[in-house]
Amino acid sequence: MGSEMAIEMRQVATRFGDHVVHSGIDLDVRRGEIFALIGGSGSGKSTLLREMILLHKPDSGSIKVLGVDLSGLADTDALALRQRWGVMFQHGGLFGSLTVKENVGLPLREHTALDDALIDEIAAWKLSMTGLKPEVGAQYPTELSGGMMKRASLARALALDPELLFLDEPTAGLDPESADGVDQLVRKLRDLFGLTIVIITHDLDLLWQVADRVAVLADGTVQGVGSMAELSKSENPAIRKFFDGPRGRTAQAQEEVQNKQAGAEQPTATGRPSSKPK
Amino acid sequence: MDTVPVLPATITQKSPQELALSGAWTARGISRNALRLDTPSAANHSEMLIDGAGLEAFDTVGAWMLQKLVRRLRGEGATVQLRDLRPEFAKLLDVIEQQAADPTESPPALPQQSRLESLGHSVVSAVEQSVALLSFVGECSVAMAASIAHPVRFRWRPILFNIRSAGFDALPIVGLLSFLLGIVVAYQGADQLRQYGANIFVADLVGLSMLREFAPLITAIIIAGRSGSAYAAQIGTMAVTEEIDAMRTLGIPPLDLLVLPKIIALLIALPLLTVFADVLGVTGGMIMAHAQLDVGYGEFLDRFVKAVSVTAYLIGICKAPVFAAIIAVVGCFQGFRTKGGADSVGRQTTRAVVQSTFLVIVADAVFSVAFSALDL
Repeated sequence: MGSEMAIEMRQVATRFGDHVVHSGIDLDVRRGEIFALIGGSGSGKSTLLREMILLHKPDSGSIKVLGVDLSGLADTDALALRQRWGVMFQHGGLFGSLTVKENVGLPLREHTALDDALIDEIAAWKLSMTGLKPEVGAQYPTELSGGMMKRASLARALALDPELLFLDEPTAGLDPESADGVDQLVRKLRDLFGLTIVIITHDLDLLWQVADRVAVLADGTVQGVGSMAELSKSENPAIRKFFDGPRGRTAQAQEEVQNKQAGAEQPTATGRPSSKPK
Repeated sequence: MDTVPVLPATITQKSPQELALSGAWTARGISRNALRLDTPSAANHSEMLIDGAGLEAFDTVGAWMLQKLVRRLRGEGATVQLRDLRPEFAKLLDVIEQQAADPTESPPALPQQSRLESLGHSVVSAVEQSVALLSFVGECSVAMAASIAHPVRFRWRPILFNIRSAGFDALPIVGLLSFLLGIVVAYQGADQLRQYGANIFVADLVGLSMLREFAPLITAIIIAGRSGSAYAAQIGTMAVTEEIDAMRTLGIPPLDLLVLPKIIALLIALPLLTVFADVLGVTGGMIMAHAQLDVGYGEFLDRFVKAVSVTAYLIGICKAPVFAAIIAVVGCFQGFRTKGGADSVGRQTTRAVVQSTFLVIVADAVFSVAFSALDL
């Protein structure tokens, strides 16, 4: 404990057969920041996430999460560590045989000695915190829309008050309004609980609005790390791809407009995007 | 790994007006017996003080419980003051209080169904399912008739693939089980026949029972468990992942692509498997007859030819296509009824196996009655 870094990756390499996914990745995620991981399809973002959350072992290199080295971790230590992070999977990963409220209460039921009535109250409250109506708790995951499913999955990831939250494509497949809701939710969570949040995403708006730092993954290595404003000045072609397309330009332009407005209201505002709460 | 022991959350009443919190008020620090929040009472006091100096850790669960306590004390008419709460803890408590103030009434629980009501529901769903099965049989028949009218529309590749997976690949298990069944029949009959000195009639016993009844039935039951379940699971998973809908949108009737090849393949494969089971079952009986009753292979076969008519053989074989149609139609039907997720796939697969086995045995009973009425 006590280390500044939530995640430290050193020279992580991964191969599937002959196919090299990562060749020497170095990455640091600071405590309390919102860190985004981007890269084209097949660049190994999801594999990297799976390695951070103990679902996949890298072929070489070391990974430290919350100060704990993941290699050679004993089962009991792994269990304790798993309770300190929460993961929201791309497709929710909600258990179809349980209602939404039971899904959210499951980690509490498994790992704490709280009584059932209290667990139900807390589960209902976590659902309302993620913006779901109380009726939703009694429904089954298959009855939910995509956006509701993601929110319910987020509520479950937050059940044990994790220090670290992993979000895999939190806005993919959502309508713009729900996606905006996710933006705000992510920021709110960080401000409330001081969470460290690692996001995998393709959503440029989410990147501009929410992420403190962004790492670009391509060709098996990290091509660049920095805020979106810093990355947008990079000359690296692998990074330029994200900014030069029409979508990239729109998202950037929108961010600049917002910055100007904020600057007019608040003359002392510096180059930091105003939408990020300090 | 730092495994700092979690101090249990406690609350102590230092004086009638002062409560002190200590330990870790977190999901793991709070256990259901250690923390008694219903005892502190604000009765007769207008001011209560809660001292948070001893609080070591605090998360949403702890905040939720503290917030409940504060609200209850306020409800009893006291003003509650919190003292020495760390700023980050106070912030968390504020957030929780705001959220909790919002009316989040949980919806009323659904009333329990009475027995009569649930009986009614299950009858209605059974009737609905039977009607749906009948209409599925109708759809399949229409599609089959259309295919026969335009043989070009037959999809030979999936048919051949299904013959291999449901037929050829099942040869070892069907062969082994019918071989063992032949042994069992001969073994059970051996004692009785020996008592009457009628050893040679073991050929009648094994031949007629295997060819007429056991071989078609055991083959159908194995295939229901093996292929019927596979059909239901495959189509069910495709329904869950919207592949069936995609097929309809692309203008490919799912019946043509998924159901007809399976039915046709099984109509071809099951009679062939039954013949294979006949051969292996009789072989098993013959070996047992030799071992237990000293009936030589030559003798056995001589008697077998005289005792078992071609009719008996054909009766067994002609049941197989009926069983095949039952297995394939029920398996596909249950697959198409899958709704929702993984749970539903499992449920429908179970239903497919249970119902097709049940219907196969019912059909066999009907055949027995019909054949005896026809004196076959």
